[in-house]
Amino acid sequence: MLKKFNLLDLKPGEEAVISGFNNDFGDMERLRDLGLSNGASVRFIKYAPFGDPIEIMIRGFHLSIHKSIAENILIIKDEGIQ
Amino acid sequence: MKFTDIDIISFHKKPVKEVKSDWVVIVGNPNSGKTAIFNRLTGMHGKVGNYPGVTVEKKTGMLRGSEILVRDLPGSYSLNPRSLDEQIVADTVQSWRFTEERPRAILVVVDSTNLARNLYLTLQVSEFGVPTILVLNMMDEAGKRGLFINMELLKELLGIHQVVSVSAKYGQGIPELIRSIEKVAEEDFSAVREPRMDTSDPGHIPLQKLTEILDSYRDRLGIPSLVESMRLVADDNYIKYLRPLLFPEEINEITREIESARNGFKAQGFSYQALESNARYKFIDLILEKVIRREQDLQKSFSEKIDNILTHHIWGPVSLVLILGFIFNAIFSWAEAPMQWITSAVAWTAGRADLILPAGPLKSLIVNGIISGVGNVIVFLPQIMLLVFFISLLEDSGYMARMAFIMDKLMGKIGLQGKSVLPMLSGFACAIPAVMAARTIENWQDRLKTILLIPLMSCSARLPVYVLLISAFIPHKTVLGFLQLQSVVLMGIYFLGFFTAVAGSAMVKKFASRKKRSQFIMEMPPYRLPLMRSVGWKIYNSTKLFLVNAGSIILAISVIMWFLASYPAPAKESSLTSRERVEQSYAGQMGHAMEPLIKPLGFDWKMGVGLISSFAAREVLVSSFATIYNIQDDDGSGNVPLIQAMREDRYADGRAVFTPLVAISLMVFFVYAAQCMSTFAIVRRETNSWRWPLVMVGYMNVLAFSASFIVFHGGKLFGLG
Repeated sequence: MLKKFNLLDLKPGEEAVISGFNNDFGDMERLRDLGLSNGASVRFIKYAPFGDPIEIMIRGFHLSIHKSIAENILIIKDEGIQ
Repeated sequence: MKFTDIDIISFHKKPVKEVKSDWVVIVGNPNSGKTAIFNRLTGMHGKVGNYPGVTVEKKTGMLRGSEILVRDLPGSYSLNPRSLDEQIVADTVQSWRFTEERPRAILVVVDSTNLARNLYLTLQVSEFGVPTILVLNMMDEAGKRGLFINMELLKELLGIHQVVSVSAKYGQGIPELIRSIEKVAEEDFSAVREPRMDTSDPGHIPLQKLTEILDSYRDRLGIPSLVESMRLVADDNYIKYLRPLLFPEEINEITREIESARNGFKAQGFSYQALESNARYKFIDLILEKVIRREQDLQKSFSEKIDNILTHHIWGPVSLVLILGFIFNAIFSWAEAPMQWITSAVAWTAGRADLILPAGPLKSLIVNGIISGVGNVIVFLPQIMLLVFFISLLEDSGYMARMAFIMDKLMGKIGLQGKSVLPMLSGFACAIPAVMAARTIENWQDRLKTILLIPLMSCSARLPVYVLLISAFIPHKTVLGFLQLQSVVLMGIYFLGFFTAVAGSAMVKKFASRKKRSQFIMEMPPYRLPLMRSVGWKIYNSTKLFLVNAGSIILAISVIMWFLASYPAPAKESSLTSRERVEQSYAGQMGHAMEPLIKPLGFDWKMGVGLISSFAAREVLVSSFATIYNIQDDDGSGNVPLIQAMREDRYADGRAVFTPLVAISLMVFFVYAAQCMSTFAIVRRETNSWRWPLVMVGYMNVLAFSASFIVFHGGKLFGLG
């Protein structure tokens, strides 16, 4: 079955495709404006030295976001499909 | 509270017939090289001013070799604003619905290596019926990365006026860009008024009715109805842009229709928040597929390799500390020699003036008032220039974003966030640009807290006060075997302000409940070699600002201080000594009136006078002391160095006026006291209320008074002083 994954389920270096957002958070619009649209591929780069925020790559540029945002970004992870 | 509601649009203006305006505007994403293009176009002769009502830097300059004005807007990602800077951009662009507000052309500067996201804003601004010139910046870098862009096709698919490729770094393409700006007026350009987005999505059905209504007002509204209806549904504030153009009953009709459209989406279980971005990015993806050709796959970029060290979980923090340590050390040690030169130059000038001028009030004014007053302040120019130099290097290289990335977690523990790092650090230079830098913090609470704490960072204006007091009253000796006592005290004074800010912020975090944890979204731009002309431009601007200040405010205060300290003039044959004369002057009277208040802190009337004058700007304390002691000096020639005069100053009963304890008490007072009128004014403007500057002055001065009191009396208990 398809389990729901979010960005934090990726390990540094892994890539995935964005499938949607948890609806209830305020910064979704900005992330959409920046190009985190459904179907866009995203790469997890690394955690910040003290564990938060994280760095991701989307549409060729690097973005830093809090983990609390990242867990609201849903992804389709290759390994997730049995 | 949200960001201050700024209405640049004036109400109820009627669109008038087309006039060719004589100005163009630059918009673009942050880090797209907008400012570099602006400098290239205007030959760095731009003027920096403010938008009416708010302190957002407004840069304007004349296009090289022409009569066209170029305006640079703040960097922005989208017309759906998220910060004050973006609000300004959105409001300005929205005002172009009125023909008379329209520029001749829009230059959208984009980073060619990052086209998708940059095109988003391009599409948004290109729908206002103003000829749009797409400026593909950093084309040299794109070429190196094996990225090729079909510019003719891009222009056609976007339906915009012109596409020009440039490199602001090397100046390539600038003449062509200037030519196409000049050509805009000659060509008859009619804007394509179709929405630049994917319109085929069946998910848009609930918008149909609203879009039709907007379509019937289309000649008044001016921008594509589908775009407008998406924004109206997503954002409650957006309707303010329609109000000046429509009648109240029409607005009511629209408001009703917005509600039913939202209900339509809810019924289908669709989100109506991301309609515009989805439709735009679909459109962008289609275009880019056709116009971009990649010759090689992007391997791990250069920036990522650097970040393997600079944001490494161990080496990242280590290098951060080393970099900051290097900068602070450099600011003090590199400035030493030039400061010596300025000091000698001032002394030489004073000496010459003393010789040349005939004795009398004029000589006293020039030597004691102007030269010693202003001279003692411009000594700090080298340090300010160095600080601005390093901060612009950090910003332009891309490292500032990494600092925020590394520090965010720690800053979060004290209730701030990563983006507070830059404003707080800039506070060590000067609170005014620092308070303005806080504008990049989108969360209002975080931004306000950062603004209120910035003045606790000892700014460069306080350094002269510290240096004067430390070199006069802290013994020149070594402690613990290798540390200079004087530097230890200086460092302690700096840390005092810093730690107070940390503790204060942590306390606010503990006691003030907050509704929502602030969310952190920040671009990490690729590392780039800073353009020396941009860095030079920033240094030039801040130098100019400082010298204009020194030449106006500080000069004026020096003259006023001289007057207050010299008059009322004693009778010709009076037997008063010069110190008695100063004491009976207006300044002396003011200082004496203050004594009951400041005596508990260990200060005498001269320090009281200095404190009053330092409310204009802190460094004025030094020039006030210089003026008072020069006048007080018996032969009136001003040849006794200030430090010596202060050391030799005695009360009537023979006690020294300044002891090390008094000096420390005075320094502690300066760490905390809110004295700078300009900071007050900037906080007023940035927070758009009197409340916060008053809160700031209140808490800082209470802190200053109590801390000095504790230091002075505590010190006395321990037998110091």
